[in-house]
This record gives sequence, structure tokens and C-alpha cells, in this order.
Amino acid sequence: MSIIPVSAETPIPPRFRAPRRRLSSYIQRLRSGDEIAHLITLAFAAAVVLITVLLVYELWTHSALPRQRFGWRFLVTSTWDPVLENFGALPFIFGTLVTSAVSLGLALPLGVGAAIFLAELAPPRISQRLAFVIELLAAVPSVILGLLGIFLLVPFLRTEVEPVLKATLGFLPLFQGQIYGIGLLAASVILTIMIIPFIISISREVLLAVPVDQREAALALGATRWEATWRVVVPYAKTGIYGSIFLALARALGETMAVTMVIGNDPRISSSLFAPGYTIAAVIANEFTEATGNLYLQSLIELGLVLFLVTIIINALARVLIVVTTRRGTGHP
Amino acid sequence: MNSRLGWRKFVNAFMLTLTGLCALLSVSVLLIVLGYLAWNGWQYLTWTFLTHLPAPVGESGGGMANAIVGSAKLLLIAAITGIPTGLLGGIYLAEFGGRTFSFLVRYSADLLNGVPSIVMGIFAYTVVVLPMHHFSALAGGLALGVMLIPIVLRSTEDFLRAVPNPLREGALALGASKWKAIATIVIPASIRAIATGALLGLARVAGETAPLLFTSFNNQFWSHGLNQPTASLPVMIYQYAISPYPDWHRQAWAAGFILLMLVLIANVGARLILSRKSPALR
Repeated sequence: MSIIPVSAETPIPPRFRAPRRRLSSYIQRLRSGDEIAHLITLAFAAAVVLITVLLVYELWTHSALPRQRFGWRFLVTSTWDPVLENFGALPFIFGTLVTSAVSLGLALPLGVGAAIFLAELAPPRISQRLAFVIELLAAVPSVILGLLGIFLLVPFLRTEVEPVLKATLGFLPLFQGQIYGIGLLAASVILTIMIIPFIISISREVLLAVPVDQREAALALGATRWEATWRVVVPYAKTGIYGSIFLALARALGETMAVTMVIGNDPRISSSLFAPGYTIAAVIANEFTEATGNLYLQSLIELGLVLFLVTIIINALARVLIVVTTRRGTGHP
Repeated sequence: MNSRLGWRKFVNAFMLTLTGLCALLSVSVLLIVLGYLAWNGWQYLTWTFLTHLPAPVGESGGGMANAIVGSAKLLLIAAITGIPTGLLGGIYLAEFGGRTFSFLVRYSADLLNGVPSIVMGIFAYTVVVLPMHHFSALAGGLALGVMLIPIVLRSTEDFLRAVPNPLREGALALGASKWKAIATIVIPASIRAIATGALLGLARVAGETAPLLFTSFNNQFWSHGLNQPTASLPVMIYQYAISPYPDWHRQAWAAGFILLMLVLIANVGARLILSRKSPALR
């Protein structure tokens, strides 16, 4: 219509923005299929958002009964009595926190140590192969680790490890009491095996993202390999390593099968790691199909909601920390 | 001065060894897992195990044919629901997406990715099992499908973004419309990577047990159609492992062996294919 080409900066006079023209261009785009392709992919992208909203909505509405009945008391009382319909989640929260904390304590030095070795000290070829093997470890289904836990780890803990711990460190309340094999310690060890791959592979990535000149500068000043790593590279990547720890923590909190199979499933709070315990995920797995009555079922769903909220918050934190570090490291803002 | 240097060299060597040991220990755990499972599982793996239904409690023999078929069924439902959603959502993010809405989609996907699998089971239970009053293959498959979505979505987006822009520009310059450029140039250029991403996702949900416990539940017999409780390998491993019967323990080992082999073959295969691609598409 207009003969003079209109550049983007020139404001278009109103009379040139005739509706017919916009409509025709829309029809043209429609005919070429672009608009349809856009709308179809948009619909599926929107479906992802909808599913997430639905997930939160379902968890929230299906846990309304215990929220009204118990309120915040649900989180801090420790009776779990399906017969009298009195539910408190404290023993499960306790078990979840203890197993996660112990497994983090075990996995952290091992995982970060291995990541440092793979990223900084090992020759690249060996590093790549080992990292590949460790990623495979992350792919082992949790139920299989539980199977090995029952038949390999638990007997080993019962006959070899726990008696020794009791004899040498028995003065601590952590290592007292009857030895069963199953219990908080067994669950923690299984969790350690499950979260180490995450700590290693993410810490390794974060360490690899540290700029090379940081290392060169330290080495040029006469630092040994280890000093350059420990005093320069690791502090640089610290935030990202924290991120990997939080990610591992979120995994540990939500892990179900392997823990359910070796923890003993006994809702009590004990100071000893040898004692059987229970976690939030395990009680949902064990009792969900047996839950009679709405209040019982909804109490289990409220436990799921608690687990959901905690893991989501920790996950978000982990992602932020990792993104901050890798972006800073590679120099792309 | 010299002794201080010696000390520093000693610390260096010591810490190198120590971190090396950490890596060695982590890797050896995998070897123990693989070795012990292979040793036990291979022994108990028989033809009967692969082709027969579970024996009644107390009788020896029997197999897990229904669980193998059930797992395949669940994975099929998961693939049909999860892969297209993740794929098309990923295409939207990489090719069409604006700012705000894309952020929302990415954020939702990350949220879904972080949901503990047992909570995903509760979700499928409230959405499918409660209204239909049935434990069913459909509920289990959908739970796995929803877990698959974020994995496929993020890998699709990453791989599409790795396709160099000149390819798109070339297609557009030749007069192709945008969707034609995407469908005939961009996606074929990265289809192998996207497929392996989906394969990795399937391998991951194949081993999930927790979301199946109260969605597809379990079944000692063949299940027909989609609206019946359905056996699956992970749930069978769980139930047989915690049972008191030695015969069932042996079958749990055999089932664990099959499951682990499937997962590892899918993983190794996918990664080998990915690493053969150009580094831009990794």
C-alpha cells in the first residue's frame, strides 16, 4: 500500500495501520502454518504449567481435613494412631532429618574430595571415564539399592560395623543400644550411596567452570597443585558446591524405596543411630494403600505436602546457587 | 625454608592421594552393586522366570512374565503422554517462547523435576485413582508420564538451542516458513540428541517404584486393558525382597538383574550416541 518503506524507528501514521492489513498478514501467517505451530506448542507448554498448578491444588485440597483438625500441632506431636484417628508427624520428620543429615555428613567429604580429584588433579581422560561411571551410579534404581541394602548392607552392618562402633564410640549416645542392622544408620548409608553421584557430578561441573587463569596465577606464585586447588579454585566455586549439597539434600529428603526397605519402619524418636526409625516418604509408601477413613488418608497426603514444600524450597535454592557460580565462572553474565 | 617446602610437597602428595581415594571409593561402590547383583541375578535367571506367572504363596517356581509386560505397558503410557508434551513444550521454549511465559514454563518444569517421586504417586492417586475407584495401569503410566515431562522438555530445549542459527537463517532465506524451517531443518539436525534425551528419561522412570505403589498397585495375574491393577518389575522387586520366602528373594534378584541391565544399557547407549555427535550438540 505505502510506497515509501517505513523503518522501525519512524512512527507509523495512524492511517497506515489499517486493520485490514494486520488481518491479512495474520491470515498469511495462519496459512503458512506458523501461527498454528505456535499455538500447538504453546498449548503443550501451558499444559506443563497447568499440571504443576493442579499438583499443588490437589495436594492442598486433599489435606484439608487434618489441617483443620490438628493445625500446626500436626508437625510437632508424635502420636500416630490410626485407630483413635490422632495423627502427629514428628517421628517421621525426625527420621527424615536425621537420615538426611547423617548421609550428607558422610557424602560431603567423599563427594567433594572425589569431585576435586576428577576436576583438578586427575588427567582429563581418566576424569571423563570416572565421571561417566559415576553418572551410571546415579542411574541405578533406588529399589535395587534397597535390595542390596537388605541382603548385603544390613548383615554387614550388623556383624561387622555396628559392634565395632559400639565398642569404640559406645560412650556417645549415637552408638548405644540394641544392634539390629536395620535402622537409621543403614538408611543413612544407603542414602549416602544415592546422593554421592549428584554431589560429585555437579561439584565437578562447577569446578571445571572456574577460569583457567585463576589456577595459572596461583601456580605462577609458586603454589603447589593442592594449594592452588584448595586456596583458589575451591573458594571460587564455593557457592556452586553449596548448590550441589542442597540438591543432594533434596534428593535425600524425598528418597523413598531404599530407605523404606532398610530403616525398620518404627515411628519412635531415639538418640541412637542403631535404632529403627521411620521417614515421611517411607510412611506414605507403607500405609497409603491401607489407610482407612478420610482423616487417615488425608494425614498421609498432608505429609506428602510437607515433603513437597521442603524439597521444592531446597531445590530452588540449589539451582540459584549453581547458576550463580557457573555463570560467573564462564564469564557469561 | 627447605623443610617448609618439603612439608608443602608432602601435603600436596597426601591430599592428591586422599582425593583420589575418594573417587576410587565412589566408583568401587558401583562395581560392588553391579558385581553382586550380576552374580546373584544371573544365577536365578531362568526361562520359567521370564515366561510364567508368579506362583501362589508357598509354592516354589513361577516367574514374572506379567510384571515384565506390565512394566512395558506402563512405560508405553508414560511415553505416549510424557514425550509429546515435553517435546512440544521444549520446541515452544526454544523456538517461539517470549519472556514471561517461558520463564513460567521453565519454572514449572523445574518444580515438577524436583517433586519427590512418592508425591507424584499421591498426585496420580488423587487425580486418576480416586475418581475411577480403581488402581490402574493408566494411573501408574500417567504418574511416570508426568515425571518424564520435565526431563524431555529441558533436554529438547537444550538440544534445539545447540542447533546453530545459520541453519535456521538459511532455511528462512530460501523462503521456508518458520514452522517448515523448524520441522524440516532444526529438528532433524538434533533428532538423535532429542531421542537419546527421551530414552534417558524413560530409563530413569523405568526404575521408579514409589509412584507405582498406590497407582498401578500390583497384580499376581495378567492384567487386561488399562483399568486394572498392573504388576511391574520395580514393585515386584520391592514386594519380593521384603517377603519372608527365600524363593521370592531369588526371584527378586533375578528381576533386579533384568531391571538394572535395561537401565544401564539404555544409559550407556544414549551417552555413546550423544558423545559421537558434534560437541555443539552435547
